[in-house]
Amino acid sequence: MQLVLKAWFIFQKDLKQEFKTRYSINAILLFAIVTLVTVSFSIGTFAASAEIKSSLLWIILFFAAMSGLAHIFVREEEKHTADTLKLVAQPMSIFLGKFLFNFILLIVLEIITLPLFFAVMNFSVEGVTVLLSVLLIGSIGLSAGATMIAAIIAKASAKGALFTVLSFPILLPVLIAGISGTKIAVYESTFKAAGAELQMLFAYAVVVITAALLLFDFVWKE
Amino acid sequence: MKYDMQIIVRSLGKNFGAQKVFKNLNFELSDGQSLAITGPNGSGKTTLVRILCTLIRPSEGAVQYYDNGSVIKLEDVYSYIGLVGPYLELYEELTALENLRFFARMRGIKDAFNRSMNLLQRLGLDGRGDDPVKNYSSGMRQRLKYVFALLHEPHVLILDEPTSNLDVQGVNTVYGIMTEQKKDKILILATNDQADVKYGDQQIAVGP
Repeated sequence: MQLVLKAWFIFQKDLKQEFKTRYSINAILLFAIVTLVTVSFSIGTFAASAEIKSSLLWIILFFAAMSGLAHIFVREEEKHTADTLKLVAQPMSIFLGKFLFNFILLIVLEIITLPLFFAVMNFSVEGVTVLLSVLLIGSIGLSAGATMIAAIIAKASAKGALFTVLSFPILLPVLIAGISGTKIAVYESTFKAAGAELQMLFAYAVVVITAALLLFDFVWKE
Repeated sequence: MKYDMQIIVRSLGKNFGAQKVFKNLNFELSDGQSLAITGPNGSGKTTLVRILCTLIRPSEGAVQYYDNGSVIKLEDVYSYIGLVGPYLELYEELTALENLRFFARMRGIKDAFNRSMNLLQRLGLDGRGDDPVKNYSSGMRQRLKYVFALLHEPHVLILDEPTSNLDVQGVNTVYGIMTEQKKDKILILATNDQADVKYGDQQIAVGP
């Protein structure tokens, strides 16, 4: 209980910092909107198939997330507050708090990007709840994986490039299952049709969160 | 609350790659004792402090904390320690009171607001609690680090360069804190300033 409560306090602290600086939210939203506009201009509104549009949605979400999710740990290292945080919390609370912040950030990104994507790309789906479920469970896995990798790269010098390069192979299962689930949601409105993808995304999230909770202490402490 | 705190350091060594920072350090500290860690620049004083605070792991040997004869688990040691050091910063986007509120909640401190206000006053920061830390001078930041370190009434107070950036009044306040701490708790300071060193009843010089 203490663990969860402390994670909640860390989340609140990060949220307060984000409200004051708006660094991460600006980075990911600007990236997502610029990419979306560029893609819509380059392929045209009706030229791409639903399959290609599904892939584009996840590519935009993935790279937008890459532009902002690492900041949660990079900020602590660059501002020399990482040691201060280590002195008031156990590693597990820190991971959970940071993971929650990145998850909420990703959800905000999706709330803003998704309607824009539907409008600009002339995208429509049969299974709205299926799509939302794929995005929700995918976001849990994506933010958990990204949070863990952010902690690994926070001490490195070329953080930005390293984050994307390291994240890509680790987060690839989320991308593949997310794209596949979104494609299914275009034509099908039942959860049964996207059952395998949802199971895959859920299993990935469980595995990554469990591994992160077990390994975070070794990553976080020198 | 009655404590019987003890720190035992055995055969402690630290390497960064092939570079040996120090080796085979041994000492013991219990309630009412203080230790001054000295040594030239780059000798490993800060590295030793960071190992004592469990911020980094030693390459060899071990540091063990005991509370009433029972070993304190390594992941719980942080709750017994108050640390002030030049590499330790508070959240500069937040105000001093927002910082202190966060740390108090994390440490489960009751009556945190009154404690924070009293400590801010003691460190000469009364009336500045609502200012963002980014607007603080280096001396004020150093004073605020003391408020952070003392907020949970730590049983072990570890000070790395305790009087850096402080004016005469600030230095005197810090000496008062050190004197109070070493009465019945543990004080460790890492310094080269001879005026600070005399607050350590024991001395240890580090180096390769």
